[in-house]
Amino acid sequence: MLALPILGVGIAAVLASLARPRIASVVGVIAALAALTVYLTQVSSVAEGLIPTAAFGAVPALGIAGGLRLDGLSLVFVLLITGIGALILLFAEGYLADDPKRKRLVAMLLVFMLAMLGAVTADDVIVLFVFWELTSLTSFLLVGYKHEREASRRAALQALLVTGGGGLVLLAGLILLTMAAGTTSLSGIIAAQSAVLADPLASVAMVLIILGCFTKSAQVPFHFWLPNAMAAPTPVSAYLHSATMVKLGVYLLARLNPLYQEEALWQALLSYGGIATALTGVCLAFRETDLKRVLAYTTVTALGTLVMLIGIAPDLSITAAMTFLVVHAFYKAALFMIAGAIDHAAGTRDASQLRGLGQVMPVTALAAGLAAFSMAGLPPFVGFVAKELIYEAKLEMGSAATGLIVAGFLVNAATVAIAVVLSWRLFAGRQLVAPSGAASPPHDPPLSMMVGPVVLACLGLMAGTLPTVLGAVLIDPAVTAVLGRPADVTLKLWHGFNAVLALSAATVAVGIVLYLLWERLVPRLKAVSLLDRFGPSVGYEHWLAATLRLATRTTTTIQHGSLTGYVRTLVLVMAVACLGMLILRGGVAWPQGGASLDARAGLGGLMLIGLGGTVLARTALQAVLAMGLVGFTTALVFLMFGAPDVAFTQFVVETLLVVILTTALMRLPIQGRDGRSRQQKLGDAGVALLCGVAVAAVLAAVLASPFDPRLSVWFGAESLPAAHGRNVVNVILVDFRALDTLGEITVLAIAAFAVVALLRSNRPADPAAPSPQGPLA
Amino acid sequence: MDGLFIVMVGALVAAAVYLLLARDLPRVLIGFVLLGTGVNLAILAAGRVGAMVPPLVPPGSSALPDVVANPLPQALILTAIVIGFGLTAFALMLVVKVYARFRTVAADDLTEAEGAATPAAATLASQTPLTRQEAA
Repeated sequence: MLALPILGVGIAAVLASLARPRIASVVGVIAALAALTVYLTQVSSVAEGLIPTAAFGAVPALGIAGGLRLDGLSLVFVLLITGIGALILLFAEGYLADDPKRKRLVAMLLVFMLAMLGAVTADDVIVLFVFWELTSLTSFLLVGYKHEREASRRAALQALLVTGGGGLVLLAGLILLTMAAGTTSLSGIIAAQSAVLADPLASVAMVLIILGCFTKSAQVPFHFWLPNAMAAPTPVSAYLHSATMVKLGVYLLARLNPLYQEEALWQALLSYGGIATALTGVCLAFRETDLKRVLAYTTVTALGTLVMLIGIAPDLSITAAMTFLVVHAFYKAALFMIAGAIDHAAGTRDASQLRGLGQVMPVTALAAGLAAFSMAGLPPFVGFVAKELIYEAKLEMGSAATGLIVAGFLVNAATVAIAVVLSWRLFAGRQLVAPSGAASPPHDPPLSMMVGPVVLACLGLMAGTLPTVLGAVLIDPAVTAVLGRPADVTLKLWHGFNAVLALSAATVAVGIVLYLLWERLVPRLKAVSLLDRFGPSVGYEHWLAATLRLATRTTTTIQHGSLTGYVRTLVLVMAVACLGMLILRGGVAWPQGGASLDARAGLGGLMLIGLGGTVLARTALQAVLAMGLVGFTTALVFLMFGAPDVAFTQFVVETLLVVILTTALMRLPIQGRDGRSRQQKLGDAGVALLCGVAVAAVLAAVLASPFDPRLSVWFGAESLPAAHGRNVVNVILVDFRALDTLGEITVLAIAAFAVVALLRSNRPADPAAPSPQGPLA
Repeated sequence: MDGLFIVMVGALVAAAVYLLLARDLPRVLIGFVLLGTGVNLAILAAGRVGAMVPPLVPPGSSALPDVVANPLPQALILTAIVIGFGLTAFALMLVVKVYARFRTVAADDLTEAEGAATPAAATLASQTPLTRQEAA
């Protein structure tokens, strides 16, 4: 049952990638709605505390338990993912109506939806991690959808590196967690709380997991990738970067809250990390006029608030977190779609150039107003309910939370100001200038693009007027899952006149003052270049550049492109390996016994003369002649040591070689001088001596060890009876090892063909010019 | 006789390596041939040397007599010499072709396949950082 929506969305993704664009969108919307329906049928049973589970992805051989589980927390997420997903897919059809390859976007959005559904319903850390990484990958593809633009590609890479790197950290944490608990099952790990917390590495695992979640949910200092990811098409921003993917980190923190909620470090990291993120988000939002980037920074703020609320543990704050999660998804996805609609209609997203759009885009204005009211936390919108809860939760903590209250107050006031900018400033009053870049005057977008914002904005209003329904159906089961026990909090719109209401009123007042200052504040903050020159974003760039420089340096050191260098490395490694092995095995041994020296030793002198000739030769031709001397001496050695067949072969080959080499060198009109300097020659001679000594030492060691003659004796005894030949060497070659000889002949024939082909191909010196003849012509 | 072979093989390898490290390709090729020779002699020596009598089964006998040269290394060396010749011929043709195309046989001048110290990563690393305006 629980695997059904995941499979269905996957099949829809395949169908969408095959269908025509318009049909692909229809398939996507239907799949999302069908998945939503499946999950909606589970709402009542989850609310009653019955938690559906299913087997999924178990790998017993690797100790992976697998499994899906749909508790209250997962339910909130799957409903948001499928519900908002359906609206986004509808919006995308209108937004990208002129884009012929938009079915790719639809298919990737569906794959992303699949990954999200899997991640939030997985009851196994490994299954969760696989889906978690799949969201990072699809996010990479979706952010880089406009891959012709360099900025898109680099933003996509940044999102992938930050969230992917965080994913690796998370994996390390999850593995530690699994080892401590002895199971990969998430519910099993939470049940084994005492064992997990008693583990010596418990806090390491916790910090690793928090880091992984912080990268995914764009917490300070990893917040910078989220605004850059706005290079994605607006439907992607609305879906991934406000409502779903960036909340995955929040999801996992909430999921593991029952495990860690009593830990002081957990509370401290989450609450202070969260509030720092929230403050950073609003401050940076005031430096932007691009609607999407403003929204991105307010999303950072909202994510920080959510993380902070999980950190301050008690009932009220978790209830506030879950409510705010839903609220934020509603209004932020709506506002993103509205920003997309404005961009679509007016040809710009710059807030400072846009005024009075309400006259020409009345429906958009209405939706924006409703969403912004919820964002600002005004009654009777659900945003008000959430904000009251947040204040209440902080006030309940007493004096310990003074800092949190002050920071939260500033964040909320700034959010009010931005909400007013997004609604009043954009839509009210007269049109400032006719925005350039638009072919026709601005107008309300087509129906497909309007459904999403309007539905979500209205949901915000409805949920606000009926908070108890929202609470009983969705929030309470989710809070139960996050706390590990039911909480005694009821969602209410009206709390009476108290400190919380006073704080709310003050928030709105300060927010409006901030709005009035907005026009003067933004350029001033923008001018603070210090923020552009320092900070984690610049750190990321430095890190990336340093990594690439390191790779460059490593590559140029190892792959330096010098043939001589490669040869030197090769022979030195060989020499050091040979000598090292000999020394490790107890020094060099000199062979004892064996035949004593006789007149044949004189051949050694001849050999040394020949070698001296090759080494000292001034021209290549002289070296070839000296090489011939060495070759003939070798042939004599073979002859003198009972190998006449080898000797004759050597004579023939050496003669041919000298003739061919001489002929070839005559064809090269060059001096053939050794181009090395004296210093280079000395260095090379040192390397050469080392290699000679190494090989000689190995040979000595071989000769000093006992000899095993069985194979030779066998060939000698079987040669005549079995193969009817008296010349044992010949018999070995043509009879016992006949296949080897066939292979050898084949190799020789291929080499001959290649040589002929090379000789016949009269390629001109200019590599660009085509060959006048075929290679074998 | 072991000492003779140890000295000869060592000298052959040393000379071969010295030539392999040369900057002009014809010398590298000669070094290559010498290296093959050195290895062949090492194989012969590893089968133990001393006897001058070739490994032939004498008339009237059905097996090799006791004091003859070892036939097995000889069979291996025969194969190695022939293959080595084929390889040298092919390498020589490459050198001739290299000269015909680039008018040089200096190894350090041949940088078309691997330019010295300029892989693609270097150009990547020199890019400017992602700015706010770009990303917007």
